[in-house]
Amino acid sequence: MGEIIKVGMADLNICKSPDGLTTLGLGSCVGIALRDPVKKVGGLAHIMLPDSTAIKDNTNIPKFADTGIVELVNRIISAGGSKTRLVAKIAGGAQMFAFQNKSSLIKVGEKNVMAVKKKLEELNIPILAEDTGENYGRTVIFYPETGDFVIRAVGKPEMVI
Amino acid sequence: MHDFSLNNSNQYFDVLKEIGNIGAGNATTALAQLLQCKVDMKVPQIRLLEFSKVGAAIGGEEQLMAGVYLIVEGDITGSMMFLLEEKAAHSLVSKLMQTEQSEGAFSEMELSALKEIGNIIVASYLNSLATLTGLKIMPSVPDLCIDMAGAILSVPAIEFGEIGDEILMIQTEFSDAKALNGYFILVPDLESYDKILTALGM
Repeated sequence: MGEIIKVGMADLNICKSPDGLTTLGLGSCVGIALRDPVKKVGGLAHIMLPDSTAIKDNTNIPKFADTGIVELVNRIISAGGSKTRLVAKIAGGAQMFAFQNKSSLIKVGEKNVMAVKKKLEELNIPILAEDTGENYGRTVIFYPETGDFVIRAVGKPEMVI
Repeated sequence: MHDFSLNNSNQYFDVLKEIGNIGAGNATTALAQLLQCKVDMKVPQIRLLEFSKVGAAIGGEEQLMAGVYLIVEGDITGSMMFLLEEKAAHSLVSKLMQTEQSEGAFSEMELSALKEIGNIIVASYLNSLATLTGLKIMPSVPDLCIDMAGAILSVPAIEFGEIGDEILMIQTEFSDAKALNGYFILVPDLESYDKILTALGM
């Protein structure tokens, strides 16, 4: 067994098999796992906001879906991965409270998921699986060795997507 | 216009700290009245935390917590959250309902009691802010969520995320027979900062 590397909120990291990556307690944020299945190198990003261009203070690259995903792709390429082979799995984007952001029609979690999908499509990275939305938090563990994306939630059985 | 950047040395941080102190004090008094018992409060710790360090500061991202969240309207707009460890939530609920302390999932009745406790704590906190500033502050009906700390905190963190890379958290330790840890998070919208500071004569 390898080591499990922790990724915080507004953070990203990469690893090679047999190591894994984890981020704990994803709420409305989205966890994006990318992997090159041949080189078995992968990365995990924990983004908080959809769009860096909508915010003035946007120097924190891993905080945003657009800049975070690009950075994650670049890091995987520098570690020997191939951009054309990359595949994605995503989780999170929950709506934790019923009236959260009632002023905007689209909820913040949903907005994050949409922004992630748009960026991945732009980069031609297919999404193999997702567990998004709903109203509960998720802890995820990603293994670039197998591509397994383990999802844990309170009071629910563990699942692998 | 004021300088809105939050850091440990600027005036704005001191103001929020003071508001936090007074608010938490008021909330403690309200809690004591509700439970009809003596509740002590330690001096609140006010911390500006980077997003990546928030989880560790409250006992881990996967720590089960009860979070009460509401929208603030009126002269200032934004949101407010009160967080309590799950065990502490069980303890408060059993005290209010005068039942044995339960464990695990909350019943409908307990959830409703917990929402009410949260509502009273948050409302008294906001009341002191309103009195202090002379501004009209109207809280919405609160919503309650019991989940992992990281997931609950993602909500205010995202709101803070729009203006910076840190979250301002006020930790209050209440105690009656045993210590209960509670956390307050007030997130005023950008335009509301100016109003609060102006109202306080800064």
